[in-house]
Order: sequence, then C-alpha cells, then structure tokens
Amino acid sequence: MKSKQITGKESGSSIREFLITALIKAAGYSAILFVGMIFFFLLLESFPALREVELSNLLSSRWYPIEDYYGVLPLVGGTLIITIGATLIALPFGIGTAIYLSEIAPRWLRDTLKPLVEVLGGLPSVVLGFLGMLILSPYLRIWLDIPTGLSAFAGAILLGGIAIPTVVTVAEDALDAVPKSYRDASLAIGATEWQTIWRVTLPAARSGVLTAVMLGIGRAIGETMTVMMVTGNAPILPTGLKNLFSPVRTMTATIAAEMGEVANSSTHYHVLFLIGIILFLISLAVNVAASAVVFRQKKSQGHILS
Amino acid sequence: MDFLVSVQLSQYNLYVQNIKRLLVLTFIILLAGCSGRGISAQDPSQQIKIIENKGSDTIVNLALAWAEEYQVIDPTVQLSVTGGGSGTGIAALINGTVDLANASRRIKEEERNAALENGSDPVEFVIARDAIAIIVNLENPIEHLTLQQISAIYSGAINNWKEVGGEDRPIVRLSRETNSGTHVYFLEEVIRLGEKDNHTLFAQNTLLLPSSEGIGAEIRQNPNAIGYDGLGYVTDEMKVIGVALADGEPYIFPSARTVNNDQYPIARDLYMYTNGEPEGVIKEYLDWILSSEAQEIVTELGFVPITK
Amino acid sequence: MTMKLSARQHKQRLGFSLLTLMTFLTVIPIIGVVIYIVYLGFPAINLEFLTGFPREGMRDGGILPAIIGTFYLTLGTAIFAVPLGIGSAIYLSEYAPDNRATKLIRIAIINLAGIPSVVYGLFGLGLFVLFLGFGTSILAGSLTLSIMTLPVIISTAEEALRAVPQAFRTVSMSVGATKWQTIRKIILPQALPGILTGVILGLERAAGETAPILFTVAAFFLPSLPNSPLDATMALPYHLYVISTQVPGMPIKIQYGTALVLLVFVLSMNLIATTIRSRARAKRQW
Repeated sequence: MKSKQITGKESGSSIREFLITALIKAAGYSAILFVGMIFFFLLLESFPALREVELSNLLSSRWYPIEDYYGVLPLVGGTLIITIGATLIALPFGIGTAIYLSEIAPRWLRDTLKPLVEVLGGLPSVVLGFLGMLILSPYLRIWLDIPTGLSAFAGAILLGGIAIPTVVTVAEDALDAVPKSYRDASLAIGATEWQTIWRVTLPAARSGVLTAVMLGIGRAIGETMTVMMVTGNAPILPTGLKNLFSPVRTMTATIAAEMGEVANSSTHYHVLFLIGIILFLISLAVNVAASAVVFRQKKSQGHILS
Repeated sequence: MDFLVSVQLSQYNLYVQNIKRLLVLTFIILLAGCSGRGISAQDPSQQIKIIENKGSDTIVNLALAWAEEYQVIDPTVQLSVTGGGSGTGIAALINGTVDLANASRRIKEEERNAALENGSDPVEFVIARDAIAIIVNLENPIEHLTLQQISAIYSGAINNWKEVGGEDRPIVRLSRETNSGTHVYFLEEVIRLGEKDNHTLFAQNTLLLPSSEGIGAEIRQNPNAIGYDGLGYVTDEMKVIGVALADGEPYIFPSARTVNNDQYPIARDLYMYTNGEPEGVIKEYLDWILSSEAQEIVTELGFVPITK
Repeated sequence: MTMKLSARQHKQRLGFSLLTLMTFLTVIPIIGVVIYIVYLGFPAINLEFLTGFPREGMRDGGILPAIIGTFYLTLGTAIFAVPLGIGSAIYLSEYAPDNRATKLIRIAIINLAGIPSVVYGLFGLGLFVLFLGFGTSILAGSLTLSIMTLPVIISTAEEALRAVPQAFRTVSMSVGATKWQTIRKIILPQALPGILTGVILGLERAAGETAPILFTVAAFFLPSLPNSPLDATMALPYHLYVISTQVPGMPIKIQYGTALVLLVFVLSMNLIATTIRSRARAKRQW
C-alpha cells in the first residue's frame, strides 16, 4: 500500500531529484569551503604581521603589544600547558564515565546521569569562569599555598570539566553503537563483563572514543572566556611543570582581550590574526592526526565485519 | 517490513506536527515583537534620534548612568552605550560608526592622523576626572607607599612585601589588560614616573585581568595582592593605600578634594571625542554632561567631577 | 554456584567500583554548581527581571534585551546551520562515494569542530563584519555561530542517518522509490530524533558562547531591542560576562539571576535534546 503511494505520487520528477541531489552535494562540500575560507582569511589578515614584525621579535619570550613586543612563545606555551593539564583530567574521567554509563550502569541510572553530564557541557563557559574566579581560585591559593590561585592549574581544572561532557557524550554514543551481538558473543564464550568491555566493546568503539578525546582536547584548546577569567593572563613562558601553578596567558585569552582594542589593520591587529592562524594550525594538526587513526581503524574494522 | 515502515511514519508525522507547532509559536512571538516595536517607531510626533556612544571601560558605567538619566530628560534621544576600551571607541569614531567615543586617555597622534586621513576631525571634551587608587587586601598591614616604591613593585624590582615594611609574603601584582586606558596611564605616570625616556615595563608576571571586577575579586581574598583601579571601582572590602610623590612627602589618599587640588599624584582626565564640532542632539547631550546636574552623577559613581 | 569469586571477578569488581567512583566524581560537582546557581539566582527571578530593561547602570531592572538577543541569535543560527548541516549529513551518509574527496570533507568537518570559538570570532570579524560590511550585527553573529555549530549538527545527523539499517533503503528502492524519495520518506523519519538531538545540541552551544560574538554582535548596553538583522544586540552570555566583571557594585543576585536564566535557556534545550534521544532509543526496533 504505502510503497505504491510513494512511487505513484512522485515518479517522473527527475529534474527535482537532480536539483535536490545537487543541493545536497553542495551542502556536503560546504565544510571544505568553510575551512578553506577561514584559513584564507586568517592567512590574509595575518600575512602583514610577518612583514611588519621581525621574526626574532615574534619568537621572543616577551608579549607586550602596546610597546611592540610581539613574542608569541609565552602564549603558545600557556595554551599548551593548560591543554595538557585539562587532557590529563578529562581523559580518565571522561572515558571512565562513558564506560560506566554505557556498560555498567542500570538503564534508569544512565538515563539520569547522562543528561546530567551533558548539563556540564551546557554550562556556559562564562558561568564556569565566574565561579572559578570567585570560588575555585581562592581555595587553590590556600590549599596549594601558592601566591595566587589565578593560575594554569585553575584553568586546567575548569577546562578538564568543560571537555568531560564532550568526551562522555561522544564516547558513550560510540560504545552504545556497538551491536549487542558482539557483547553477547563474548559473554557466551565465558568472558566476564569486565573482559568484554576491554577486549570487545572498547576496541570496537575505538574510533568513536578517539574522536571523543580529540573533540574534548579541541574544546580545551579553544576555550576562551573561562581561561581569561581564571588564569591571571600573565604572559610568562612556561619552562616546566612548576608553571602549572603560576599564572599563564593563553592564545585564546589574548585574542579575546585585545582584539576589541586594536585599530583595524594595525600591526597589533595582524599579529592577533597570526595567533589565530597558529591556533587554527594546531587544531588542524591534532585533528588530522586523529582522523588518520580513525580512517585506518575503519578500514581494519571493515575487514572484520565483512 | 511494510507495517514497520508505516508505524515509523506515523511517529514521523507526530514529530513533524510538533515541529510545525513550534515554528508557528516562534513566528507568533516574532510577529508580536515586531509589531510592538513597529508601533513605537511609527509614532510621528516622536522622531527618535540615536546617539552611538562607545569606548573606555572605565567610563562605560558613567556613560550608562548619564544615558539613563538623559533618557528621562529628553525621551526623543536614544543612547546606545558600549564598552570595549578607549582604543575601540576611538577606532569606531575614526570608522564613523559611533557619534561619541569615550576615552580614559588622550587620543594618540597616530589615531588623530588616521582620523584626519579618513576625513574626520576628533574634538576633545574633558567630561570628568578619575583618581587611580592603589588597593590591597584588608589584612595587609601596609598603609602607604611612595610612587617610587609602587614603580619598583610593578617593574619587578621589589618582590616581597617585607621590602616595603610589610609581612614576609610574595607580592602578586594585578593590572588591567593592556587595552585599558588605565593600564597605559599607570605605565606612563606610575611605573615610568612620568619620565619620557624611561622604558621600564610591567614585570612579566604581572597578572593582566580583563576587568576591574577581576582585580577586586582577587584583592578581596588574596593578602599577597596589590592592584590599581579607578576610584569608582573601590569598595570598602579593600584597602586604599596613601601615596606620596617621593620619600618625605606627605601621603595622600585619593578623594574628589585631593584630586581637584592636585594633591593626589595619580589622577587623570576622562574624555569624550566627537567627530568634528558637535551639533544638534550631540551638542545638547554634551552640554548637559558638563552641567552640574550631570556632574552630580559623576560624584555618585565615585569619579571626580570637573570644576569649572 | 560457588561462593568463591575468581580472580577475574575480583578484577571486575574493582574495575566497576573505580568507574562508579569516577562517574560520581564527575557528576557531583555538576549538581553542586547547578544547585548553587539556582540557590543564589532564584531570588532575582520575577516578572520584571524577565521582561524589563536594565536600570541603574544594569544593577536593577530586567534583562529582556539580552534574552531577546540570545533568542534572535539562536534563531538566526538555526536558519543558516540547520538546512546546511542536515544537507551535508545526508550527502555524507547517503550519497558520498568512498573516495578522497569524501575523506577531505570528513577531515574538514573534524577541523571545523576543532577550531577554537575565538578564531570563529576573528573570522567573523574579518569576513562578515569588515569585509562584507555587515557591521557588528545579528546577521554577522548568526553567520559566525552557524559555521561554528555546523560540525555538531553534521556529525550527529550523519550518525543518526547511518544508524538506519540498510534494509530500509533496499526495500524502499526495490519497490521503485527514487533515492531522494527513500531518503525523505523512509530514512529521514527514522533518523529524525537523532537529527533533532544534534540540531538542538548545536544550537545550545551557539546560545551559550561568548567568544564568537565578542567582536561580531554583542553590545554592552542598548536602550532598545534590535529592529533588524543588521543591528547589534545584547546577548545573555556576554551580558553575564559584563555584569560579573565590568560593573562595580553589581548585586550578586542579579549576577546569579542572569546566570540562572542563561542556564535555564541552555539546559532546557539540552533537556529537549536528550529526551528526544532517550525516547528514540527506547522505541528503536532494530
């Protein structure tokens, strides 16, 4: 009945079919267009910076743009140290929570907890920064006995928190998408649930879990308002783990704090775009590396499934 | 399979129905919003004029208070107030996107040149004065500092409170971001002591906080911290330090009186810039700002009114 | 049944406890934060707060312009991002051949997802505000936000489309339906809950973001509601940033009240999305 209706009503409208297909195809390719456009624009606006500022200045360790000190290394270092800290927090907690929710928790608990974790992802970063500034950083100062709680560590904790929901959501979806038959088979041949999780479910969902981690790291690198409010923003070049407990300035916070001020097309304006493109390239590198793994994984999985 | 498909389809229809309802609702809200505004905009007796006002974060709260008050005095003028920093406001004035730029510093030579190139000619008005208070935590026993000591603290020469007679604690330096006019003023007049060829910089580990409130929040709870901010931002949860021009000179606390009789050494003018000589509603507004009525609001907000 | 647990069961117990602990360590602070904000923000909520304009230098009155602004921005984002995102997802799941070009699209999407929000802000400033001359406006902000939300929508929607069993397609095509008919009448309905979840999660992110709108739309204070897509607007996240960091003597009630409104706005979207998903999961028959 139903199928007859479908064919009867719309057969012969091949032009429409063609147009729609073309539109869909265009939409499909739009992502490449946008990435290209973003890259092009950042490049265009940052190129003059390379001409106007000497390389030795750009690679110095002093960032003080109103006096023409444009050393970007402290900013890159600040972003790196916070991202590493945040990843160390988000990775175990994120994946652990995802496994618990998908494989261990009873259904009602999962259906309660997963939305709750996603709430954290929904918490606007301004709200977290606000709480971090007023509550977290004072306690950090007292507990860790450091001169000020406005530090890379405060940023790492909050960014870890911001990355966790992304990791949990995507990883849990990936685990959930593993067919039940895989688990049944594993249990049937006598494996414990724990073994099934580690030897069957997790490997089967590996690409999704990896994507989850990468997306989480991406969110940590890119987070702006929170770090601006809790890390103190002092452009000190981090030289070791001890800098985790001192103030740092990230690339994102620098752009957000200074872009509003600069005159269009000034040197400072172009240098901020240069920082933008550095951020862009870092996320590009991270993601291309990740997707290379994902694609390789997909291929080998294909062999198993077919 | 056929059955399955039709079951799923009925679910789909349910979803579609819900979406349609949602869309209709959105549309109604939008229409209501538009028509509401449409009526007020079409009222012929009240031709609304808009003044765009943008710039210094130091001034933004003052500008906002003025704007609100002026709305009552002349309802036909609407003031749109935005912060972003002195440079932002001046840049916008140069680009012709605002009518009034707020600045907590004088317009720079290169900005004036850029403006002239763009065919605009910024005219300057001093609209209020501001004292910059040096603030510390209430627990900090320090009562006063000389300008030289403050300079040495912020340039990184002094790193512990005991070097200026306080407790044995590390000093945590707080500053506004570099886009703030207050930051630039502090660098030139305090850290460099007003000397033109002095190129001292902020110590590299100075915390650059994006806002006055950020400084306030840290000062309130951290006994290691020292900060500076416009007098208008000081609350009684922080301690204001008396400042002396040099060793042996009297220590002065910031207030309207000590600013206007030039006793307090860290005070500056606050400015508004117009594009060319102001005319019409903009002139009326500026005249009102300089009136004693508007200057009372200056006092209320903790700034220093200009004395004529 | 032997009462003695084997070594591997011990291991399992230990592992499960560890994971449980981790989950609760993750969840409890979230509940704490939400309760804290509700507790401090709730006293501020009344009709005037939700429907009035700010007064007394934003220390009193309401936050209507910010609420409306965020609503417009979310709507604007949806207008651009939803058709494009779903179209792209359909292409990837139903049309795209397994070749280099498709691989490139995937890499591009992953990259879009990874680009920091503040870089979107830069891009929006460079392209929409300055180059195309939209000025700081709802249009510029919505376009910026929609490119930012695109990857979320595409990847969630694609996943939902892919999850529809191949048999559905085969059956539909075998009874003579064209590819588009199959997609529209069979695949899309099946995948709709998943797609909706993705759309809402994407928009939720757009509604809560501050960095991309810093230079593209947000205004500190505006006396009137925006009249056209070319006007700047206040927005909840930026307003919260402003009143929690820029205005002295701000009553804490107003700050947490605004945080609460933003939270409710964002979380209700989240709730809708997760409800749709869990319902769909419960009903799934394959």
